Amino acid sequence: MAYKIIKSQCTVCGACEFECPNAAIKFKGDTYIIDQDKCTECEGHFDAPQCVAVCPVPDTCVPA
Amino acid sequence: MAQLISLGSLKAPTSAAKMRASLAKSGCASSSCGSSDGPADMSPEMWERVKDHPCYSEEAHHYFARMHVAVAPACNIQCNYCNRKYDCANESRPGVVSERLDPDQAVKKVIAVANEVPQLSVLGIAGPGDACYDWRKTKETFERVSKEIPDLKLCLSTNGLALPDYVDEIADMAIDHVTITINAIDPEIGAKIYPWVFYDHRRWTGVEASRILLERQMLGLEMLVARDILVKVNSVMIPGINDAHLIEVNKAVKEKGAFLHNIMPLISDPAHGTHFGLTGQRGPTPMEVKALQDKVEGGTKLMRHCRQCRADAVGILGEDRGQEFTMDQLPETVSYDPARREEYRSVVATVRGEHAATKEAAKADLAEVRDAPVLLVAVATRGGGRINLHFGHAQEFQVFEVSPGGVTFVGHRKVEQYCHGGHGEERAFDGIVETLQGVSTVLCAKIGEAPKDRLEKVGIKASDAHAFDWIEAGIAAWYAAEYGTQPAMLTA
Repeated sequence: MAYKIIKSQCTVCGACEFECPNAAIKFKGDTYIIDQDKCTECEGHFDAPQCVAVCPVPDTCVPA
Repeated sequence: MAQLISLGSLKAPTSAAKMRASLAKSGCASSSCGSSDGPADMSPEMWERVKDHPCYSEEAHHYFARMHVAVAPACNIQCNYCNRKYDCANESRPGVVSERLDPDQAVKKVIAVANEVPQLSVLGIAGPGDACYDWRKTKETFERVSKEIPDLKLCLSTNGLALPDYVDEIADMAIDHVTITINAIDPEIGAKIYPWVFYDHRRWTGVEASRILLERQMLGLEMLVARDILVKVNSVMIPGINDAHLIEVNKAVKEKGAFLHNIMPLISDPAHGTHFGLTGQRGPTPMEVKALQDKVEGGTKLMRHCRQCRADAVGILGEDRGQEFTMDQLPETVSYDPARREEYRSVVATVRGEHAATKEAAKADLAEVRDAPVLLVAVATRGGGRINLHFGHAQEFQVFEVSPGGVTFVGHRKVEQYCHGGHGEERAFDGIVETLQGVSTVLCAKIGEAPKDRLEKVGIKASDAHAFDWIEAGIAAWYAAEYGTQPAMLTA
């Protein structure tokens, strides 16, 4: 149960990084990536995955 | 690209200017009837706060430059006129950048620009996302730049959603100017502009999203005003959606104590990939913008000289030297040298006095004119307050309204440059004619016979008889010559 970021869609704005309650998102190389081990899909924290809710490009943060 | 006026040209006023200055001394000596954007319509304290900020003072924008550093890419709302995937060096509009910076790079860039561009007076953070939502980077950049260049004014632009959370820190950092973009005070109208906002850990849509955004914007505005921070409200004019409604927005933000209201046209093109671009939503014509601005004049002070610049723009308004200062062109280490900025400031202080005097002289000239029409005059200028650019080199015209009551700046109109290497561009000419809709006369430093004749055919007069005059004085002299008795002193 984790999310991933579609690199070709990502604008590299970083909003997901500071909304992630698990610190699972980091800037690496030239894009943001989600640490699959840390991602909980925000269960127990919020109603919806924060990265999906804040991302400006549809279908960029998607289930891995 | 408009060029910065050189220190040399500022130090050596033309003889025309000297004559006008002496005319001013012998004529209207009153200091209480200054221009609408000079010290006359505001307290000395307020003038002191805005006189070097090109976006907050029309008068200042002739002399001072701003730079934006694009350190804040993250945003917490979606606007229908914005596409966050868009990055183009040739595109000039808010939200667009070519190069994002971290605070380290931003500090280096600011110092490099301050050393090269003596006109620099303001550092702004306007995205490309939201400066308040991406607060950590905004704050670090401002704090570090302030240590290096303490007299640089700090300024930020925000959609307002996260603003109330940071007002106290904004006040602590002595950020004296904050711009909030408010496009609607009716959530039903807002819903047509904002598809969603991200607030309190969830995405809100529809009318509810706009209601939350509006509440936060109004709260932020009140909090800033309570702390005596100057607030400019930006509104994007979207025909058929919020154009008529902006009159209400103007009233509301005036009531809340906004210092300045800036109504700017929607920039919309399918190629931008924005929602409005793709749905064919049009932007307003220059005359529609002017008509709306005229309607709300008398409300909150209006900004009419906005160039809707990019989130990484560098230079005086209307030009962008950002491409000269990309990170790969900066030296390894830079250290700030205040000498050029200081010298420029002392020169400008003198020149501004002269410019103000010629504005008074222009008023005296117009007093001679009776029963003349209200006209729009387009001026080709490269800055410094003078008619000093060739018609064919202009990438924008500054438009002034002239009547026996005075000369007032009403806006600028961007055009495609007509002349490239000695010959005119047909396509560009047609565009210029369209852009100059409503304008009766063009004043410039030089114009060829061919374009002059062609303008004449479509009912626009053009003249280079007032080349290098101060703008207001040149317009007044031209107007007096056309419609009144020309005073003997006016010939330059």
